[in-house]
Amino acid sequence: MSEGVEAMSTIALVQEPEHAFTQPSKGRVAMFCVIIAESAIFTIFVVAYIYNIGKSLYGPTPRQVLEIPIFNSICLLSSSLTIWLSEHAIERGKVKSFGLWWGLTFVLGAIFLAGTGVEWHKLIYEDGLTISTNLFGTTFYSLVGLHASHVIIGLIALLTVLLFTVTGHVRQEHAERIQILALYWHFVDAVWIIVFTVVYILGR
Amino acid sequence: MADSTYPMPGSLAEAPRQRWSQAAILEWLHSWVTTVDHKKLGILYMLYSIFFLLVGGVEAILIRIQLMQPNLHFISPQVFNRLFTMHGTTMVFLVGMTYIFGFANYLIPLMIGARDMAFPRLNALSFWLTFFGGLLLYYSFIGGGGLYGQGNAPDVGWWAYAPLTSRAFTPGHSTDYWALSLIVTGFGTIGASVNVVATALCMRCKGMTLMRLPLFVWLNVVTSALALITITPLTAAQIMLLIDRYLGGHFFDTQAGGSAVVWAHFFWIFGHPEVYVLVLPAFAIANEVIPVFSRKAIFGYPAMAAASVAIAFVSLGVWAHHMFTIGMTSVGNAFFVLSTMLVGIPTGIKIFNWIATMWGGKIRFATPMLFCTGFLVQFLLAGLTGIMLSVAPWDWQLHNSYFVIAHFHYVLVGGIVFCIFAGIYYWYPKVTGRMLSETLGKWHFWLFVIGFHITFDLMHIPGLLGMPRSIYTYEANRGWGTLNMIISIGGLIQAVAVLVFAVNLVWSYFKGKEAGNDPWDAWTLEWAAASPPPAYNFATDPVVTSRRPLWDLKHPEDPDWKYE
Repeated sequence: MSEGVEAMSTIALVQEPEHAFTQPSKGRVAMFCVIIAESAIFTIFVVAYIYNIGKSLYGPTPRQVLEIPIFNSICLLSSSLTIWLSEHAIERGKVKSFGLWWGLTFVLGAIFLAGTGVEWHKLIYEDGLTISTNLFGTTFYSLVGLHASHVIIGLIALLTVLLFTVTGHVRQEHAERIQILALYWHFVDAVWIIVFTVVYILGR
Repeated sequence: MADSTYPMPGSLAEAPRQRWSQAAILEWLHSWVTTVDHKKLGILYMLYSIFFLLVGGVEAILIRIQLMQPNLHFISPQVFNRLFTMHGTTMVFLVGMTYIFGFANYLIPLMIGARDMAFPRLNALSFWLTFFGGLLLYYSFIGGGGLYGQGNAPDVGWWAYAPLTSRAFTPGHSTDYWALSLIVTGFGTIGASVNVVATALCMRCKGMTLMRLPLFVWLNVVTSALALITITPLTAAQIMLLIDRYLGGHFFDTQAGGSAVVWAHFFWIFGHPEVYVLVLPAFAIANEVIPVFSRKAIFGYPAMAAASVAIAFVSLGVWAHHMFTIGMTSVGNAFFVLSTMLVGIPTGIKIFNWIATMWGGKIRFATPMLFCTGFLVQFLLAGLTGIMLSVAPWDWQLHNSYFVIAHFHYVLVGGIVFCIFAGIYYWYPKVTGRMLSETLGKWHFWLFVIGFHITFDLMHIPGLLGMPRSIYTYEANRGWGTLNMIISIGGLIQAVAVLVFAVNLVWSYFKGKEAGNDPWDAWTLEWAAASPPPAYNFATDPVVTSRRPLWDLKHPEDPDWKYE
């Protein structure tokens, strides 16, 4: 049936589909899939954290050593707003304003990461809490660390786009790709709300 | 038709044939290693899957020889533990998870009239991650002992219950290779799943609405969506295991307040939906084969799609039926009993729809249809023993016995492997341009079905008599000897059948009958392309107006779209 291909195109092309046929953007669908998969990983770590709250047989306990990272959290959460503003800017072709908001997002994310570093330094060197000290240490460093590793990946991606912006390679037609990347950053921020609630409010 | 669109004289047929020189071989190899073509990657996935099916099969045969008679010492107890661990891990992760993407990669773009998958390079990355994950697992035979001594393979069972996996009880690196390998293949699976979902939702040709999507594609989308939330909990649990083993963590360390039961929960939160990840693509194959060989459109298309989605949802809430004997509250037991029984409803709908498709059809029992018929019967029986095991008190009695082994091999072999064979016999002509030999195919089917039933029907009985799983050997006075001997003989018959299949694959590639584009008189788009399809799949983008575009083409007087 080698004539099948031609026959099909000739016959089928005559009959146009009766209604408009649109499909979602593959980038968006893929990013949502990644976010769903990541959510499952985080769910397991969060469940492990909640299940193990108060089960440590010896100290230090969360109440003794953890301080609520309010400034850090404000930085990270507000970076969701700045990235949203940059998305808006690039959609309208305002590359300069895009670059500014995008750069600010990167700085806010970097401050958050540095804040986590300071917190961990204090926990390790002043309070003597490492990942192997007790069950709290194990669950704390793995959950917060899992989130921090996602922040790092996000920052690398943000920096890459920032470099392209500075060198003048980002234009309005890249708006969709940038929005897809921003989806990931919004996800990382949203996860922090859960991690924050579980670790610093429920678990403390 | 000229070979080239450029106005040049001559054709490829007149060009001097290239010799099989070293450079040519390197070029050929290079084309496979660097390929991002969905068809080549699909073939690579399938070859990988079939290769490990043979490896896992050899492991199974060694296990069966060891269990043939009481007090046999064919292999050592240590080797026995490694073999059942590697058999399980290989079959689930290196065979089961790869055949899915073999079929999906090759067929989905063809079925939806696309040029390739949504993300061709991600596709290649996913395959090679899976590939190296498999190598990592088998490298443990050499490197598993680490610096302590000679190599060994993981021996903690494919479920790897804590605290057996802690460093105190499992020194060396074999368990680390196991965990790392599953993390790596897991990333491969996630990449491939993202790709399948994005391809099916975003790359369809004109007119291919979701309600016209071939059920094969529908089920693979459900599978991949389910894999996204199924494989990842395992990845998370493996990361915790590595933290425990390498960084001195306490997740599963009861002496520091951790919990070994939590591992069991996490493992089965992955482990049970995983069964449906493996079986839905098998259903997908049956959904294509049964209608074509019954000469009828599939019965209850929307019900089939909906039932698949329902299975995916219900499967997320049944995991603790693997843990009835660990101990739960009666509310917990009741919940997991009922949710497990609930799975019977959507799977029942599917079985009824397949039977209704066959009902009144003009059935052609070619090899693909034979395998699908076997699948229907065996999957029904497997479902029934599943319902039996879902009853908590029954499970308390038979947990960890050969009854359970018989049940899930009925699903995995009787259901899934039968469908894989059906799919290979059905699409091999499309992939290679040649038919698989029907004579050898019939030998393969009958030997396999007889071997299967000898092995797995009888395997229920030693389970009922109290024979536990994962034991090295048993006393003669238990009365399990004769049964085990017959079960092992059945295993050997299956091995012969698989050898016949392997011979068929190779022989037919060179000597098989020319297939033509559409040897089965089928209805989905892949049969409109040449066999094997050109790199670009379709010269012009197809436009479809119904679920069976090729039927419309062949029967312009009575097209399907009139009834939609």
